[in-house]
Amino acid sequence: MRGGRIIGLHLGLVALLFALNFVLPAYSHGNIARVMVLATYAMGYNILFGYTGLLSLGHAMFFAAGMYGLAMPMTYLGLGAGPAFLSGLGAAALLALGVGLLALRTTGVAFMIVTLMFSQAAWLTILLAGRWTRGDEGVVIPQAGRVLLGLDLSSPQARYLAALALFSAVLFGTLWLMRQPLGRVLIAIRENEGRAELLGYDIFRHKLGAVVLSGTVSGAAGAAYGLLFGYAGASFAEVQYSIFPLLWVLLGGAGTVIGPFLGTLFMFYLIDLSSGLTSAYMLVAGVALVLLTLFAPQGLAGEIRRRWWRGLP
Amino acid sequence: MEFGPHLMIAVLEGAVTAAVLALMASGLSLVFGVMRVVNVAHGQFFMLGAVLAWAVSSALGGGAWGFVAALVLAPLIAGALAVAADLTVLKRVGYDPERTIVATIGLLYILQQAALMTYGPEARPVAPPFNTRLALPWVEFGPDGPGLIWPWGLSITSYKLFVMAAAAAVLAGLWLLMSQTRIGLVMRATQLDGETAQAFGIPVGRVYAGVFGLGAALAALAGVLIVPIQQAHYLMGGEALLLSFIVVIIGGLGSLGGTVIAALLIGLSDGIVSVFFSPTLAKILATLLVALVLVFRPQGLMGKAAR
Repeated sequence: MRGGRIIGLHLGLVALLFALNFVLPAYSHGNIARVMVLATYAMGYNILFGYTGLLSLGHAMFFAAGMYGLAMPMTYLGLGAGPAFLSGLGAAALLALGVGLLALRTTGVAFMIVTLMFSQAAWLTILLAGRWTRGDEGVVIPQAGRVLLGLDLSSPQARYLAALALFSAVLFGTLWLMRQPLGRVLIAIRENEGRAELLGYDIFRHKLGAVVLSGTVSGAAGAAYGLLFGYAGASFAEVQYSIFPLLWVLLGGAGTVIGPFLGTLFMFYLIDLSSGLTSAYMLVAGVALVLLTLFAPQGLAGEIRRRWWRGLP
Repeated sequence: MEFGPHLMIAVLEGAVTAAVLALMASGLSLVFGVMRVVNVAHGQFFMLGAVLAWAVSSALGGGAWGFVAALVLAPLIAGALAVAADLTVLKRVGYDPERTIVATIGLLYILQQAALMTYGPEARPVAPPFNTRLALPWVEFGPDGPGLIWPWGLSITSYKLFVMAAAAAVLAGLWLLMSQTRIGLVMRATQLDGETAQAFGIPVGRVYAGVFGLGAALAALAGVLIVPIQQAHYLMGGEALLLSFIVVIIGGLGSLGGTVIAALLIGLSDGIVSVFFSPTLAKILATLLVALVLVFRPQGLMGKAAR
């Protein structure tokens, strides 16, 4: 029964987003497509932060690995959209494996800083290889290459549907994963690492798995962003892009499946709407962040779970 | 110029960076050590110090007295703001680690935007109160034994020497405060175990507010000191925050001595690297090196293993 309601809620969200495809005005249509890709990034981040309890400040490198893993072979090797997307995933997964092996030797604040520094190194590397990556200016992915299974991803309709497909795949993937033994072990590690270890679980391998999975999903979001919006730039690898998913997840509710989407949607429209009203949109965002920490300590979805619906996954 | 004098210049430039970095990082380290709060807005207090230094000194018509007034006023204002932020926000979220991170990111946005709206996007300099160029000697081994030469370009300004001396004096004062006075004792007791300290009648809430204010004041002081060398700009807080984060972690959390050593290490290597090598590649290598230090010595250089 409970399972049915939960599946219903998530199916409902996806159905709503699908229905919106036909009614939204052009501007919002593009925005929601962007929010869905960014929310996928936030969901990838949430696997590590919300469910496993590891605070990384370096996820921008995975996002960028996916993005450049897609854009570089497309630009220089003429790879098609499908194989390039896979190479973006592979690049992010490999990077996550390497970073995880090193960074997981640390815990707590040190983990945060180590991931931050690896990410800085990755960003500087993109700038250093400016001859190929064109640094901050970025590379434009030619429209001719952005065709997947006969769909022209630069058209608004196809872009929206592709974003929705990726978003729902990751949404249901997370929902499924967290009900599997693997997901349960990750939550156990978040709640009490020592006890999980006592129960005989290999903590390091599970954490490494979480880093690789989280990095790969973040990379998928990065690759999709490059593919759908036709652009890869070094600014996506900056610290800012590591802080964003943390904010989105915390605002939406860490450790909830739907939270990252709510947080991303909220932040995106908060900045979008307030920058239309005033040039001081950062001020509005700052005040909103402070107020939310004061009055919705567990994020939007977390508050819903606390007040009205305890079973929200 | 030969290699030796070049190296000397690099070391001196690095020492100035290290002095400012040590001041700023000790504030961050103090706040983290006592309150267990990761203050993401710390870089903005540094920026605030620099911007206020320009505002105060230009309000007083520039000159040496304007700078002295800024040196006193800017840390006070920044400190007071931080105390207010602690009492209105951080205290009310109960210093919960994740929520304070979001709250201080919010504070960061607010301060940055407020600076942009009042101060503007320009970078502005403040004239140093004194700025004599001091030429430095170098030893050269000629055919008739070692002798002193004065290579052209090997020099430092009196203001840069003052920055180093001022930072050293403030850090020594901070150390005395922490180790020799009652205030320091109270802070150390709170750091060790807040609940027990509270049970012994220490007003932990006020200690936290004071420490947060002191940390911000140290960052602002660093900001004032850097303005005559590096112009005030509303975006200057970001990189400063990253560097002081790195310093604090490398030095070992909550260890003042470790923070100073790490600041010297990072400041000097930054100076040397940017004089001799391609800046970007060198930065990548330095960043990776620092990350690896942490990977293989997670508690930092002077920190104790996690309790």
